[in-house]
Amino acid sequence: MLMIEILPGKCDFCGCCVGVCPEDAIELKEAEIRIIEELCTNCCKCVWSCPFETLKFNKKETTRLEFES
Amino acid sequence: MKAEYDVIVVGAGPAGSMAARFAAEKGVSVLILEKDRDVGYPVRCGEAVSKAGIEEFLRPDPKWIASSIDKFSLISPDGSEVIIQFSETGYILERRVFDYELAKMAASCGAEILTRAYVSGLITEGGRVTGVKYQFRGEEKQLRAKVVIAADGVESRLGRWAGLKTYVDFRDMESCAQVTASNIKVDPNTCYFYFGKDVAPEGYLWVFPKGNCSANIGLGVSGLTGKKRSAVSYLNSFMEKNFPDAPTLTSIAGGVPCSVTLERISAPGIMLTGDAARQVNPLSGGGIISGMIGGSIAGRIAAEAVISNKPDYIMTYDKAWNDRLGRRHEIFNRIKNGIYNFSDEKFDSIAHSFLKVSKDKRTLGSLFRTALFNQPSLLLDVAKVFLG
Ligand SMILES: Cc1cc2nc3c(=O)[nH]c(=O)nc-3n(C[C@H](O)[C@H](O)[C@H](O)COP(=O)(O)OP(=O)(O)OC[C@H]3O[C@@H](n4cnc5c(N)ncnc54)[C@H](O)[C@@H]3O)c2cc1C
Ligand code: SF4
Ligand code: SF4
Repeated sequence: MLMIEILPGKCDFCGCCVGVCPEDAIELKEAEIRIIEELCTNCCKCVWSCPFETLKFNKKETTRLEFES
Repeated sequence: MKAEYDVIVVGAGPAGSMAARFAAEKGVSVLILEKDRDVGYPVRCGEAVSKAGIEEFLRPDPKWIASSIDKFSLISPDGSEVIIQFSETGYILERRVFDYELAKMAASCGAEILTRAYVSGLITEGGRVTGVKYQFRGEEKQLRAKVVIAADGVESRLGRWAGLKTYVDFRDMESCAQVTASNIKVDPNTCYFYFGKDVAPEGYLWVFPKGNCSANIGLGVSGLTGKKRSAVSYLNSFMEKNFPDAPTLTSIAGGVPCSVTLERISAPGIMLTGDAARQVNPLSGGGIISGMIGGSIAGRIAAEAVISNKPDYIMTYDKAWNDRLGRRHEIFNRIKNGIYNFSDEKFDSIAHSFLKVSKDKRTLGSLFRTALFNQPSLLLDVAKVFLG
């Protein structure tokens, strides 16, 4: 169950979150980001490391897994 | 394009372009795959480098130099300013042009470059990496190579796909926000550094002048700080307080892995370099020059392995890197851990004692000595840096 949400319009596609994710659960392309639900353990490290407050931990399941600009 | 390559480099940043150049120079076939449309853009960087670091690889050229630096200004939490004059100069680059230049140098040695090519996986055979899978204009493709060099930046995933542990402890990741702003009236030849828990806890804030009253203003905070407050929120407060009338030209996020180099940076068929290998100087957060050095070593060794037909020769890369910079970075990392724990009072008292040193004796060395008086346990680590 994925509880990390990608807030729309905030991501700068910088890759900081990818660098700290222990599970390799984030896919980042030029202007596209996606959390791979099957790999994510909701550990929140990406949330803490995001410089732009793009990622959010929700106590319940999220539906928004990707964002493209 | 060829059906297969001797060396495929993933990522066209400074590390990737240098790896490609040094491999291609030896006559092997090289292809760079870059996911973005443009080499060198977007720029996620403060763009400060040392002159000596640049000169090891290319002649300084005004077309990619925004300004020359001969002074550092260090500002402690209570606003005390310590200015240090250098004989050695540094530069603030125009990385958009600089990264392009490095890629062109690789191309002029024979390397091919393909942009908009996102590498999505590795081809492996019997535990050895033998090529890459990539997406190009909506198509899934594959290419084989004798050696794959992963120069895919802080967001690197290639190393993990090859079975290496590559993620950075979130406490060691400096999460950064930066603006390039105009109407910044600072000395055009001084790099400014601000310290303190209100400005950038467990990190620092920089103001690097880019000429014409513009500057890169940014900061990094550790993930531990980020738990409570984000980098961009710290930056907004600083800008409002110090430069309220500065129009923003660009605004970017970024991550700097401020840790020691990965335990392993090569595996059968693959080598990691630059941010992907965590080759950043963990104390300063500078990764341009160290990435270029790492890339040049990786490219040279990859070509030698291909030419001598000894695939496992690439494993000598780990030692070559550690001898050149890796071991120094271990010491820098310990110093970083010492300094990041400094309280605001300690930064202030260092600045105050340093300001008592007569002006002509204010060098980085004497600043360091002053800092050490405040934290004698760092002395041992510093001694190791100088004793090699
Ligand atoms: C805010 C900030 C300020 C900084 N300031 C300084 C400074 O003042 N001085 C300094 O020396 N260093 C600074 N750094 C660090 C420096 O920017 C990096 O260390 C340097 O860019 C690393 O070079 P690299 O070639 O390893 O990676 P990058 O320059 O990040 O290049 C990696 C490339 O790989 C591409 N890529 C990634 N994944 C894939 C994929 N799957 N397929 C294809 N291509 C891919 C990316 O698009 C990118 O172009 C700063 C960093 C930040 C974030
Ligand atoms: S979610 Fe945050 S850390 Fe991740 S790429 Fe986007 S801006 Fe960067
Ligand atoms: S919550 Fe943890 S596992 Fe999930 S994407 Fe973020 S860092 Fe990776």
